[in-house]
Amino acid sequence: MAVLDILTLPDERLRQMSEPVTVFDDALLAFIADLEETRQAGPAAVGIAAPQVGCFKRIVIVDVSGRKNTPNHGYLVLVNPEIAHWDGFEMAREGCLSVPDYTGNVIRASRIRLAAQDPGGKHLEFEMEGYEARAVQHEMDHLDGMLFVDRVVSRRTDLFRRKVYHKAGPAA
Amino acid sequence: MADWHMLTLVGEDRPGIVAQVTRAIFEAGGSLGEASMIRLGGNFTIMMMVSSAGGETALRRALAPVVAEMGLRLHIDAVSGGLHRHLIPNVQVHVTGADRAGIVAEVTGALAGAGFNILELESDVAGSAERPFYLMNILGYSDRPIEDLEAAVSDRIAGGIAVDISAVETLIG
Repeated sequence: MAVLDILTLPDERLRQMSEPVTVFDDALLAFIADLEETRQAGPAAVGIAAPQVGCFKRIVIVDVSGRKNTPNHGYLVLVNPEIAHWDGFEMAREGCLSVPDYTGNVIRASRIRLAAQDPGGKHLEFEMEGYEARAVQHEMDHLDGMLFVDRVVSRRTDLFRRKVYHKAGPAA
Repeated sequence: MADWHMLTLVGEDRPGIVAQVTRAIFEAGGSLGEASMIRLGGNFTIMMMVSSAGGETALRRALAPVVAEMGLRLHIDAVSGGLHRHLIPNVQVHVTGADRAGIVAEVTGALAGAGFNILELESDVAGSAERPFYLMNILGYSDRPIEDLEAAVSDRIAGGIAVDISAVETLIG
């Protein structure tokens, strides 16, 4: 077990496409253990992707189970993940272990249907929504050399945001 | 450690202001830090951190031709502070209503009374001249729960304004 070094911008390797995993062996399991240890060593990240530690394989880890009132599937290792269906959109703020000292608003699909493999190569399918779906989309971007900074929308977009979560104060 | 100046430039909007201003600073050996540039009411406004070995004198000399040609007003202050001091907002306050004087003072006064720290504020007047509609979005930081801020605002705000206070959570992935 080891905490791996995290690549940070402007490291060009973060822009690289990652390759599908084809061999499901002990080395893969060992790497996933290191990747999870690295995620937990950082500042409260809900996910991590293999290319963030310089391994250009299609592997992400997501775990939003620590967040209150959040539908989730627990600790997830997603190998070769593919989003089969998107629905709805929401804007929310994101940051990234690979982009220190910057956060910004990003629009993501609010619900996704996802196919992936587990670390043993078994086929998995999930339907996800909200925060967990956002975390998966954020991590999967890394596999295609994308970062949330590529998707940040203007702060002024907030002025006309479409979704109002709740009202406060006297009604208009 | 860089010595920073805060430069403020304002002038009637036209193409090329940013290009010419930043070119002059670059050629004078200056470099930019954080900046905010936006068109407000037909004016183009620039506020930006600039680090320059030559200090204010060199910056003024470098910018004088551009300021004259583009019809800009320039203000320079030496500032303490520097890069990498971001605070991450944890509360968003969204305000909408028929435009009238005093909305910002009322809302921000109530928030300040609850210890809320504004990190950024953007506002706009939409609608028409006859029926102006005010929108404001504030991002800030509060140690107190949302309910305290809501209570502070609802005690102080006159009717006709919708104030939505929500938590901003930053997903770190």
